[in-house]
Amino acid sequence: GKHVEILDAKTREKLCFLDKVEPHATIAEIKNLFTKTHPQWYPARQSLRLDPKGKSLKDEDVLQKLPVGTTATLYFRDLGAQISWVTVFLTEYAGPLFIYLLFYFRVPFIYGHKYDFTSSRHTVVHLACICHSFHYVKRLLETLFVHRFSHGTMPLRNIFKNCTYYWGFAAWMAYYINHPLYTPPTYGAQQVKLALAIFVICQLGNFSIHMALRDLRPAGSKTRKIPYPTKNPFTWLFLLVSCPNYTYEVGSWIGFAIMTQCLPVALFSLVGFTQMTIWAKGKHRSYLKEFRDYPPLRMPIIPFLL
Amino acid sequence: FFSYLSFFLLRQGLCCTGWTTVAQTWWLVLAIAMVRFYMEKGTHRGLYKSIQKTLKFFQTFALLEVRIIPTSVLVTGVQVSSRIFMVWLITHSIKPIQNEESVVLFLVAWTVTEITRYSFYTFSLLDHLPYFIKWARYNFFIILYPVGVAGELLTIYAALPYVKKTGMFSIRLPNKYNVSFDYYYFLLITMASYIPLFPQLYFHMLRQRRKVLHGEVIVEKDD
Repeated sequence: GKHVEILDAKTREKLCFLDKVEPHATIAEIKNLFTKTHPQWYPARQSLRLDPKGKSLKDEDVLQKLPVGTTATLYFRDLGAQISWVTVFLTEYAGPLFIYLLFYFRVPFIYGHKYDFTSSRHTVVHLACICHSFHYVKRLLETLFVHRFSHGTMPLRNIFKNCTYYWGFAAWMAYYINHPLYTPPTYGAQQVKLALAIFVICQLGNFSIHMALRDLRPAGSKTRKIPYPTKNPFTWLFLLVSCPNYTYEVGSWIGFAIMTQCLPVALFSLVGFTQMTIWAKGKHRSYLKEFRDYPPLRMPIIPFLL
Repeated sequence: FFSYLSFFLLRQGLCCTGWTTVAQTWWLVLAIAMVRFYMEKGTHRGLYKSIQKTLKFFQTFALLEVRIIPTSVLVTGVQVSSRIFMVWLITHSIKPIQNEESVVLFLVAWTVTEITRYSFYTFSLLDHLPYFIKWARYNFFIILYPVGVAGELLTIYAALPYVKKTGMFSIRLPNKYNVSFDYYYFLLITMASYIPLFPQLYFHMLRQRRKVLHGEVIVEKDD
C-alpha cells in the first residue's frame, strides 16, 4: 500500500498521516479518511492538491495514477462552509416567485392604503404575473427533476449573494409592474401579443435545451459530450450556439421587458445577459479545449456575433 | 490659465511615471491656487468656483488610474468613483452648496492626500524614495481620511434640502417606462454606504501601514 500525508497548503503544518492506503483508492476515499481525523472538514469543503498553489484534484482521481512516490504529499485547503447547489437554486427561485405575488396582490404597506388587496385594471399586468410565476415554477421543477449537477456544492456565501440579486430584482420589477400608476405598453395589445409570443417560444426553447442536455449525460455519471441538435426544432439552435439555453433565457426576459415596457425589467435582462455571456464564453472555451472536433460555426451565446 | 497648464501636463505622459508626475504637479498647482485665493480674498467663498474647471477635468481623468496605478482595483475604484460622484453629482450640480465650509474641508484633505500619494509613486518609480515621503504617505491618511469623509458627508447633508425642494435628477410615476428614481433617497443611501465602506478603506490603509513601516508580515485572507 501507499502512504499519504496531508499538509496545510498555507502553513505546511502536517495535518494527517494515512498509512497503508490502497493504491487504487480515489481522492474521494482519501477525503473521507481525512474527515475521520478532522470531522469539521467534511469532504465537500476539502480541496486537496499536489502543489500548494496548484489545481484541486478531482474526486475520481486515483492515487496510483498521480505523480507521487510511495508517500504521497497532498496539500489541503479549506473551501469554507459549503451548501448544495440544489438548496441554493430552490431558495433563489422560490423567493422571486413568492415576492412577485406579494406585489401582485398589493399586500398592505407596499402601496398606499387605499390600494390594499386591489387588482390592476390592465390585462397585461395579470398576464405578466402569469408569465413571471410560470418562469420560476418551471425553474424550480427543472432544479428538482431535470438538471444533473456536476458539482455537488458551492461556498455558503454564494447563497446570500445570489438571493440578494434574484430577490432584489424581483421586488424592484414587481413594484413597478403592479403599481397603481403603472402605464401599459405604448403599442397596446399588438406589443403585448408579440412579446408574449417571444416569451413563450423562448421558454419552450429553454426547456428543450435543458432536456437535451440531461439526455446527454446518464444518471450518476460525470461524462462530457458535445451537444447536438435533436428532432426537436428548438434544439436546432445548437447548430449556431454552444449555450442555447442562455440564448433562450435572454430572449424570454427581452420578451417580458417588451411586454411590460418596464425599465427595471430591461436592466435585469441586461445584467443577466452580461453574466450569461461570461458563463457561455467559459463553457465554449472548455468545449473547444476538450473536443478537437468541436463544430467551428458555433458561437458562445449569440449566433454569429458573441 | 489652469486649463491650458493641465492639458499640457496631461499630454506629457500617460505612462506610469509620466502620469504620477503630472498628477503630483497638478495637485501642487491646485494647492497653491487655493492658498493664493485665500490670501487674496480672505474667504473661502468663490474658491470652489475658481478651481472647479480643472478639478473636474482632472478628477475625471483619474479614472485612468484604476488601470495604471498598481494597487487594488477595488480600493482605487471606490476612491475614484466617490471623487467623481462628489465633483460632478454634488458640487457641480448643486450650486448653493459650493460655498459651504465642508467643501473646503474635503478639498484640502484631497489635495494634501494626493500630493503625498503621487510624490510617493513618482519617487518609488524613480527608485529614490526619501523616508519622510513614505512616512507621510502612510501616516497623513490617519487624519486626512476622516477629515475628507467628514467634509464629503457634511456637503451631501447640506445639499439635501435643495435636492428635496427641486426634485432634481428624479423621475416620478406615472411614466412610459414604468420606473422611478428619487435623488434625495439615493443621497441618503449613499451617505449610509459610507458606514461599511469607509472603515474597510481605512483599515486597508492601516494594514498597509503596518506592513510597510513596521515590516509586519500579514497573512492575507485567501478568497
